[in-house]
Amino acid sequence: MSWLTEALKSSLGRKLVMSFTGLFLILFLVGHMLGNTLLFFDDGGQAFNEYARFMTSTPIIQALSLVTYASIIIHAVYSIVITRINRRARPIQYALNKASASSPWYSRNMGILGTIVLIFLVVHFRSFWYEMRFGQLPVVNYDGSGEFKDLYSIVAESFKQWWYVLLYVVAMIGLAFHLSHGFKSAFQTLGLTHKKYTPLIEGVGLWFSIVVPTIFALIPVVMFIKSLG
Amino acid sequence: MDFTLKIWRQKDAQSQGQFKTYQLTGIGADNSFMEMLDELNEHLIKNNEDPVHFDHDCREGICGTCSLYINGRPHGPQKAITTCQLHMRSFKDKDTITIEPWRAQTFPVIRDLVVDRSAFDRIIQSGGYISVNTGGVPDANETPITTSKANNAMDAASCIGCGACVAVCKNASAMLFVAAKISHLAQLPQGKVEAESRAESMVAQMDKEGFGLCTNTGACSVECPKEISLTHIARLNRQYYKAKQASDYIPDKEEIHEG
Repeated sequence: MSWLTEALKSSLGRKLVMSFTGLFLILFLVGHMLGNTLLFFDDGGQAFNEYARFMTSTPIIQALSLVTYASIIIHAVYSIVITRINRRARPIQYALNKASASSPWYSRNMGILGTIVLIFLVVHFRSFWYEMRFGQLPVVNYDGSGEFKDLYSIVAESFKQWWYVLLYVVAMIGLAFHLSHGFKSAFQTLGLTHKKYTPLIEGVGLWFSIVVPTIFALIPVVMFIKSLG
Repeated sequence: MDFTLKIWRQKDAQSQGQFKTYQLTGIGADNSFMEMLDELNEHLIKNNEDPVHFDHDCREGICGTCSLYINGRPHGPQKAITTCQLHMRSFKDKDTITIEPWRAQTFPVIRDLVVDRSAFDRIIQSGGYISVNTGGVPDANETPITTSKANNAMDAASCIGCGACVAVCKNASAMLFVAAKISHLAQLPQGKVEAESRAESMVAQMDKEGFGLCTNTGACSVECPKEISLTHIARLNRQYYKAKQASDYIPDKEEIHEG
């Protein structure tokens, strides 16, 4: 298998890994967003808690979760490897560089934007993922369907804090810019660039990177406003 | 026109360089950037100073010899031209112009503004050619080639190998250059035969030289004096992955001939 390891160690192989993990995480975002919209319901969190149990107890979802964790880790580790190589490629910087004349700022700062998202993920995982799996959550009883871990209660509690909501909004702005380059860049890396469908990829990518982070950001904002009233 | 020039001076690859400031007066607006530098050098020579070393050859935008990072952009502020096609009317009177060499690990400074771009030559030597002599002119239409393919190959072939793509790329990546060389050969019948091995060996050489990894910012294409498109990079990506799946080359193994 030396041909495979050699291919994956090459510059294009490493980019391919970034592209695949990035695209998988884009798919994950769709599912995660759709599920989380249950938080908008005014049902005291029943739909959300039922969904949370489904997500943590269904084998196929558990398997997909593992792929998601792996994608996040590989995407982050590879980005560090790639950034180190790229730093080495230009040891002396320009004294004067008008980079904005030829490329958008967010495309040049994917590492910083990604770091914002990663910091957010650590907080996010600790607050909800860890609590759901290993924490001592209160238990609620819904008629006829047994006992559920009340994840909703800690979500609602967290989003009562303004700074916590702010962290989420900032992270989603970071994610939006990360996606606005990452979405189309992933396809270019795969070689999927053609005048027939590239406008479609760019259009969908732009809408995706606006709509998805906006809906994610709305969840804590709406819940914060509700908690005030 | 009068200018203040901030020029990078460096004795050789080993020495530390620094910016030196020169005042230049009475430059005609229709002078080219190179003529302006010639004028500066005449003054320097008259004053027994070391003239500024910079690369130039054809001075009509086709050889790819001239370089220079001018006021933060390769080949200066204008689109789709080389430094030798840049004229002083593109600047304002009394402007300060900062001139730096291409900055990349793979393009070491030889002297002042002159960098060693032989990494590009080694990439070409690794496979950027057709191995056989293609012979004389064949009969017209003996091998049909569509106009779009011919045009696309010609667009790629217009790369002059100046290195502006590497110079402007935040990662000092050579992908646009390599893609142009791949794309100009792979779409035509003679070049197609070796397309897979060419993609493999040229990318391997590119990595070996120490160029950065492309992050698709697109800056290379914007600053390219020949406006080489990013679609060529996509083609290189496709060919490379295809080659990695299906080519006969296996590292550390004798080549196996089947059939």
